[in-house]
Amino acid sequence: MKSLMQILTRGALAAALTACGVASAFAADLKVGLSVSLSGPNSSLGVPYAKGMQAALAYKPEINGRKVQLIVLDDGSDPTTAGRNARKLIEEDKVDVLMGTSGVPAAIAMAQVGKEAKVPMIGLTPILLDANENPWVMTVAQPTQLMIDAVVERMKRNNVKTVGYIGFTDAWGDLVYNALMKAAPEAGIKVVSNERYARADASVTGQVLKIVALRPDAVMTGGAGTPGALPFLALQERGYKGGVYGQHGLINPDFVRVVGASGQNALMPTGPVIVAEQLPDSHPTKKIATDFRAVFQKVNNAPTSDAFSAYSFDGWLVFADAASRAMKKAEPGTAEFRVALRDAIFSTKEVVGTHGVYTFKPGSLYGVDERARVIVKLDNGQWKLAP
Amino acid sequence: MTWDVALILVTDGLANGAVYLLAGLGLVLIFSVTRVVFVPFGDIAAFAALSLAAFETGRVPPTIGMVAVLAALALATEIGSLLRRGEASRIPKAVLMWGVLPAIPCLLAWLAARPGVPVAVHIAVAVLLVVPIAPLLARVVFQPIADASVLVLLIVSLALHFLLSGLGLLFFGPEGSRTTPLTSAAFTLGDGFTVSGQVVLMVGAAIVLSGLFFLVFERTVAGKALRATAVNRVGARLVGIRPVRTALLAYGCASLLAGLIGVLIAPVTTMYYDSGFIIGLKAFVAAIIGGLVSYPMTAVGALAVGVVESFASFWSGALKDVIVFSLLIPVLMLRSFMAAHAEEEEDEVDQ
Repeated sequence: MKSLMQILTRGALAAALTACGVASAFAADLKVGLSVSLSGPNSSLGVPYAKGMQAALAYKPEINGRKVQLIVLDDGSDPTTAGRNARKLIEEDKVDVLMGTSGVPAAIAMAQVGKEAKVPMIGLTPILLDANENPWVMTVAQPTQLMIDAVVERMKRNNVKTVGYIGFTDAWGDLVYNALMKAAPEAGIKVVSNERYARADASVTGQVLKIVALRPDAVMTGGAGTPGALPFLALQERGYKGGVYGQHGLINPDFVRVVGASGQNALMPTGPVIVAEQLPDSHPTKKIATDFRAVFQKVNNAPTSDAFSAYSFDGWLVFADAASRAMKKAEPGTAEFRVALRDAIFSTKEVVGTHGVYTFKPGSLYGVDERARVIVKLDNGQWKLAP
Repeated sequence: MTWDVALILVTDGLANGAVYLLAGLGLVLIFSVTRVVFVPFGDIAAFAALSLAAFETGRVPPTIGMVAVLAALALATEIGSLLRRGEASRIPKAVLMWGVLPAIPCLLAWLAARPGVPVAVHIAVAVLLVVPIAPLLARVVFQPIADASVLVLLIVSLALHFLLSGLGLLFFGPEGSRTTPLTSAAFTLGDGFTVSGQVVLMVGAAIVLSGLFFLVFERTVAGKALRATAVNRVGARLVGIRPVRTALLAYGCASLLAGLIGVLIAPVTTMYYDSGFIIGLKAFVAAIIGGLVSYPMTAVGALAVGVVESFASFWSGALKDVIVFSLLIPVLMLRSFMAAHAEEEEDEVDQ
């Protein structure tokens, strides 16, 4: 028994020493702290985010000859854990930049910690924060308004005059609805309903009956993932003949699997990476998107089928570009470097990513323009570019 | 609201109500025989649905492994308690009962996961596969604490639910699945009002199964033993009924019901690893309307919950669940008002 204890103590001691050794060897490296939902209800988004980040690390493992160390933590789809992870990454791992996460509330929790500790954060989801009060955070995701504007433009082109809305009872449903309410009147389109359902609901027959009775020219859905398929199935069941539009929260292979034939011809906006090979060669993001596909396949031994891993990749590209400029001003691992990195990110100009071309300015969380969206059509379970 | 809209809502509500009815029967059955509010009931239904979905996508459902591990645990528990009591001679029978019997559906499921197996076989195997889950859980978890208070049993049952839904997430992932409909038939009833075959199947299954339940309870020895245990555990033991055996029978029946629910609703709703809990909760509302003892009142309550839910979703989708669960308040007030005296003398007698 005694000898066992000795072995254990020695082992622990050795492990601690090695850990210190590793830490000091990496001291001069760049450190990226990623917190994503590898478990819990958001894990269908979080796992692709983490895989995309691994692909990005393989694509650009060094910046100006310095190695980049990636530290990944799981937030279990919980905003509180995400905030705690951010604190741990900053205080224990001394990261230069935070990245994350798969849920908007959790990303906000991380951003608050980053703001307190003065560590820049590159968000991978559309974060809802006042940019002027949060000068340490920006995101590579497209603003919801930009995407919904594209949908409304498409509705106008398809001669839609009235549109019914059905979406989640949560923040995502509100976000899509508000964006729709902002864009539709300008295009001369009337929104006739605001029906809601919960993610866990088994049926939306009641809500859909109400919409069908109003006879709108089209229906806009504000859901995400597999629960987002419910209105499509119910509308099909009730024999609705108008167009059904979705948004980028539905671009997910599991949605396609569950919606089946009911999603045929549904139109929705997404980043161009989803249909990279169908884009014209002149499209600015085509080349990098193809590169991303290749490196993702090599690292993860599976093709990409989602938009999330590409956000991670873009976050890394933005970071790499900003870090290479910031390193001329300060040494990584110092407070000066984090300030320089923040300033460098906010002076990002025309960095080409898989989802769009990024140009960040102080006073705005978002850095993309119209080049970051395309409309796709679901055709026999495949996303087809709908020019 | 027009008449045809109301008609559609009623049909939708009855279809959901049929599911809550079956789940409510299972809950009442287990509670009346064992005093356990069996929260993992819905999880078992979700396991059946997701196992069927796994068959359809050509995967071997991970449920097989879970049942096998549970069987091993139950066997170990049983052998342990036999040895402690010095009844080693009964080990072969225990092996047969706890090891071999649950292994049969596992083997069938493993064989059914090959390509080219007809859908009907998949459905039957998916149901069979979940049947051992409740009895095995009961042997490992509930049998050793059978005489504990209702509250302790409820807490243990809640913990089991979290365990099972965690396993469901691990096995099937966070995204939901839908299976192909059992029937694509649709019946048109004048004025262009159609009822889908699946709804008819759900309501029909509820009617047939509750009829079977009635016959079993009224006409068979096993059914009478179940009723006797429900009425008085000590009294039942005095006349030679073994509560352990009737409890296992109740768990088995409930598990079978859960499996049937799973395959019936999988084509009409998207099933997630945790959707069973909501079904269980609504069935619990129905069971409470029946006072957790009365089968006919539970049936009425289940249909009421289904229809109220359906209309509530029409009036206000966002407040649907609030309205359904608010049903509990008037029901509980009425019950406590009406049954105040009976409750007092019914204090547990078999401690």
